[in-house]
Amino acid sequence: MNQFSSWKYVVIALTIIFGVTYTIPNFFGESPAIQIMPAKSGGKVEITTLQVIENELKIAGIDPVGAIAEKDNIKLKFQTAEEQIAAKSISENVLGSDFVVALNLISNSPQWLSSLGALPMYLGLDLRGGVHFLMELDLSKVSERKNDGLLSDLRRAMREDKIQYYDSQINGGVIQVKFKQEDDLDKVKDIVRGMGTGRSIFGAGSAKETEAFSFLETENNGEFILQIRQSQYADEDTVSFALKQNLETLHNRVNELGVAEPIIQQQGKDRIVIQLPGVQDTAKAKEILGRTAILEMKMLSDDQSPELIERAENGQAPPGTQLYRDRDGAPMLIKKEIILTGEKIINAGPGVDQMTGQSIVSITLDGSGANIFKQITRENVGKRMALILVEKNSAEVITSPVIKSEIGGGRVQITGMKNAQEATDIALLLRAGSLAAPMEIVEERTVGPSMGKENIARGVNSTVWGFVAIMILMSIYYMTFGLVSVVALSANLLFLVALLSAIQATLTLPGLAAIALTLGMAIDANVLINERIRDEIRNGNTPQASIHMGYEKAWGTILDSNITTLIAGLALFMFGSGPIKGFAVVHVLGILTSMYSAIWVSRSIINYIYGRKRKIESLSIGEIYKIENN
Amino acid sequence: MEIFRVKKDIPFMRFRRISAIISISTFVLAISFLSLKGLNLGVDFTGGTIMEVKYAEQANIQSIRDTLATIDLQDAQVQNFGTARDVLIRLPLRSDLSIADLSEKVLASLKEKNDAVEIMRVESVGAQIGEELYEDGALAILFVCLGIVLYLSFRFEWRFAIAAIVANLHDVIIILGFFAFFQWEFNLTVLAAVLAVLGYSVNESVVVFDRVRENFRRMRKSKVEEVINNAITRTMSRTIMTHLSTQTVVISMLIFGGEILNNFALALTIGILFGIYSSIMVGCPLAMWLGTNQSNLARTEDPKKTEQEII
Repeated sequence: MNQFSSWKYVVIALTIIFGVTYTIPNFFGESPAIQIMPAKSGGKVEITTLQVIENELKIAGIDPVGAIAEKDNIKLKFQTAEEQIAAKSISENVLGSDFVVALNLISNSPQWLSSLGALPMYLGLDLRGGVHFLMELDLSKVSERKNDGLLSDLRRAMREDKIQYYDSQINGGVIQVKFKQEDDLDKVKDIVRGMGTGRSIFGAGSAKETEAFSFLETENNGEFILQIRQSQYADEDTVSFALKQNLETLHNRVNELGVAEPIIQQQGKDRIVIQLPGVQDTAKAKEILGRTAILEMKMLSDDQSPELIERAENGQAPPGTQLYRDRDGAPMLIKKEIILTGEKIINAGPGVDQMTGQSIVSITLDGSGANIFKQITRENVGKRMALILVEKNSAEVITSPVIKSEIGGGRVQITGMKNAQEATDIALLLRAGSLAAPMEIVEERTVGPSMGKENIARGVNSTVWGFVAIMILMSIYYMTFGLVSVVALSANLLFLVALLSAIQATLTLPGLAAIALTLGMAIDANVLINERIRDEIRNGNTPQASIHMGYEKAWGTILDSNITTLIAGLALFMFGSGPIKGFAVVHVLGILTSMYSAIWVSRSIINYIYGRKRKIESLSIGEIYKIENN
Repeated sequence: MEIFRVKKDIPFMRFRRISAIISISTFVLAISFLSLKGLNLGVDFTGGTIMEVKYAEQANIQSIRDTLATIDLQDAQVQNFGTARDVLIRLPLRSDLSIADLSEKVLASLKEKNDAVEIMRVESVGAQIGEELYEDGALAILFVCLGIVLYLSFRFEWRFAIAAIVANLHDVIIILGFFAFFQWEFNLTVLAAVLAVLGYSVNESVVVFDRVRENFRRMRKSKVEEVINNAITRTMSRTIMTHLSTQTVVISMLIFGGEILNNFALALTIGILFGIYSSIMVGCPLAMWLGTNQSNLARTEDPKKTEQEII
């Protein structure tokens, strides 16, 4: 009656082997390491790079204890943190700005385990230290920029087609253009339609919004006014496009920061989550992530007479020009037309001008950028060009050199940097690209490294001591059956940790609390079973029959109570964010593993102890008192 | 060893009027604390900033307050917690400063004053995010309640489902009442505890109801009251053991868990204690009052079929 067929023992043995294999990587600890990654996303690291670094380290007397070369990164492991820091600066010197070197920690578990995919649990930021940012797109700026671009494109197109318009402006998200001739309205509408792609809407409902724009025509004293408004879905497309670009830019910027294993993910339609493990300098991270710097190259107006500048300062700049100030506050008139923007930059690095000793940024333009630059410099020898850094609401002329001769090859030096640090920062921003629209940090969670370690200790101690207390309680109260329950509970802990390691779910402090709590709750199944067995014996059943009936009858109750707990766990997972999600994942997995271990594993041991004997006098399940009535 | 050496069923249901008075009055008390004092919501829900810093030596709270006042942050709450070196700073949302700038500004000014300050943790939440987390939390509670009612209606019947969920919500309201009365901080982690309690305490009701259903089939001639009394008495030992085990772990969390898990463990403790009471003295009387009896429960599962399965 109480015998398991051998295949069940095989299954249990296999699951325990799985459990042990995936749990042990957690016990090997971690070593300090450096991680070398290409600065540009999608770049590769050659195996020769590794050899170069290893040679350099050997010269410096540093001997890495291990090296892992992967497609997109190289990891070098060291014995001490001092070696790690030294190796980082050596590698940085050797590799220059094409690569990023980040500090990291690598598990010491043997290679054969890692190749099985058996890795230590993935620790959340509250356990390993680091920063979590939630950034939100400034939606008003997104449509503003889109409308600005649209209007300037429209103006150019109307000039080309010789359409007479006067007074074009943007008002409350609506572009408004006035015409003398009624026919022009239709021509302009066609031009505008060509600027946006329509989206076909299938299925039920009206096909109202298949166009990217909606138009409103009004007539007022012989003026024909056209109002152009982006449709809602075109707005949505703009937002999602802006978010995608920002995602990529932030990726590049985070790369530049040199963070090992960052997480950069879209959340919802206008938010991005960034997690930077191990980052301590939050001020620097915020500055780099939040900056919206765009580089623009424009020509200075030919006439810089004081009278014109004075009029411009009163808000009457000559048509086609705009007033800017340089770093010293000196005003200058600059043509509105943009020659080049930072998008044409393929590389940028800080440097020092050989002649003056000033800090500079040297940039390399892409093919088309180089051509435009060559042409502009050829046509404008002797004139002045301005390099303008546009940030949030300010635009500043960094430098405005006189063009001495045609510059080909696309290599440009920007002088006028305040100091070496600024040169480095601006070079980084130019390399990483600009944000399509500003983003604001709406949530920040920072955990210091010592706090992370403390949190691990807190969670682990809560679990271990809670477990020990349950062990004592159960063995005293249920004797052998209690011990078996404890073994089943240990198996549950093993399976849970193994599963969490295998699926690399993020373990947080609430997650650790969930491990402890799940253990406390999982024992309920065994308590139910043990009490049922006692009940059966009280009712006068034989020991063998009592075991059998006890397990059978408890099963339904265990299932019902676990499913209700599971419902709560799933709700936590669906609606929870951050710490709650971490709790929910562990909780739900713990419930599932507990049903297996409490019923199967404990039963297999009980069967092994009692099932083989033909006749047993009594069960070691503690004292049982008889109830008199019924 | 057996804790409960009961020879006769304990007549729990005889006390149902007294327990109703107790339940209703604790419930009303909890509600009145909630409405008069309100929950002390953490930055997760209100928006704002919490910073935890550690000094090399004993921290000077007054000096920190003065430093913050110099950068125009008089409304900062500064307090010690844990050891004398640990300081917790709470800052409300500012319209003129983004949350990212605020924490940097505070950090910079503290560093300037005393370089031996280490940042342990910063939590900054914008107003919009706080509101969303609050809404999501409320939705989660609603979803859990609905899910449990549906499942129990399907496995048992609607009377038990209603009784169980009322018993559960009774626990949740009492936890919230405690948090309102003592003004303990209510944050996301505590919300997780409340939801865990919701799942956990329904376990309790399920175990008792399971016995009640079984007893209805077994004790065909007994009165409803006797059936329920018997079910509660027979599950008493399990109730005590399970809760003792869970509570042991929670105590371990209270001791070792630090300040982040402290309120989490407190919520669980209240939930566990009241969970025992409510499943027995709220859930059962309610199921009885709603008219649970042999005819509407024994039918849900064919007794003959079940017995065959057992053998």
